[in-house]
Amino acid sequence: MVETTQLDKVDVVKAAGRIDGHTSPDLKEAFDGLLDQSRYKLVFDMSEIDFLSSSGVWVLLETQKRCRRRNRGDLVIASANDNIQKTLDLAGLVHFMKMYEDVDSAVGSF
Amino acid sequence: MPKETFAARFENLARICEFVTTGSREAGFNEADTYCIELATNEACTNIIEYAYDDGAEGRIECSIEADEKGVTIVIRDWGRPFDASEVPEQNFDVSLEELDHRGAGLRLMRGAVDEVVFEPLPGQGNRLTIKKFR
Repeated sequence: MVETTQLDKVDVVKAAGRIDGHTSPDLKEAFDGLLDQSRYKLVFDMSEIDFLSSSGVWVLLETQKRCRRRNRGDLVIASANDNIQKTLDLAGLVHFMKMYEDVDSAVGSF
Repeated sequence: MPKETFAARFENLARICEFVTTGSREAGFNEADTYCIELATNEACTNIIEYAYDDGAEGRIECSIEADEKGVTIVIRDWGRPFDASEVPEQNFDVSLEELDHRGAGLRLMRGAVDEVVFEPLPGQGNRLTIKKFR
């Protein structure tokens, strides 16, 4: 289940539950849908995600590649819990993505 | 020793993970360690589903979990093509985002999440993977 919310400058993508090899295609579809509409300033609200695998990580990195090809395009992460942060740290996402404690901070970063 | 066999399909990842997280919690591991055990198991099974069996083949994954005073041991069996972990490149983060390659990402997560990961190709009989998380 992936929801997207369009704000003035930014789109917020929110998913819930597990992001793994089974569910990551739904997440990719949601991000691709925004990118195809030239929406390149994205916040990923992870507050309701309880598991993130490398399949999900790779969706985020591929989305970030497309965002950063555009002027001021960026995908940032908000509200990752300690477990999700473990995956993000092990996967090295800190090198490629900014992370914020909550969605308001993430949206305000643009 | 709890043991269960699953069809090697992406839609079964949640069930396989539930099997190991139940065993981990029953063995007294906290939620952070249980998450790490789940992550390593998920990556191992994802690898099997993606690479071990031919497209369209109905493969199996057998998973067992055993706890003792030292920690928990998870053994994952498949009957697909042999997997040689040494052929998978180490993921390199000293590259630009555009150059970043996903190969090796799952192995990196596995090895980072738990204390031991041992791959054993079994000639003609698939693979055995042993994952250990110590207390």
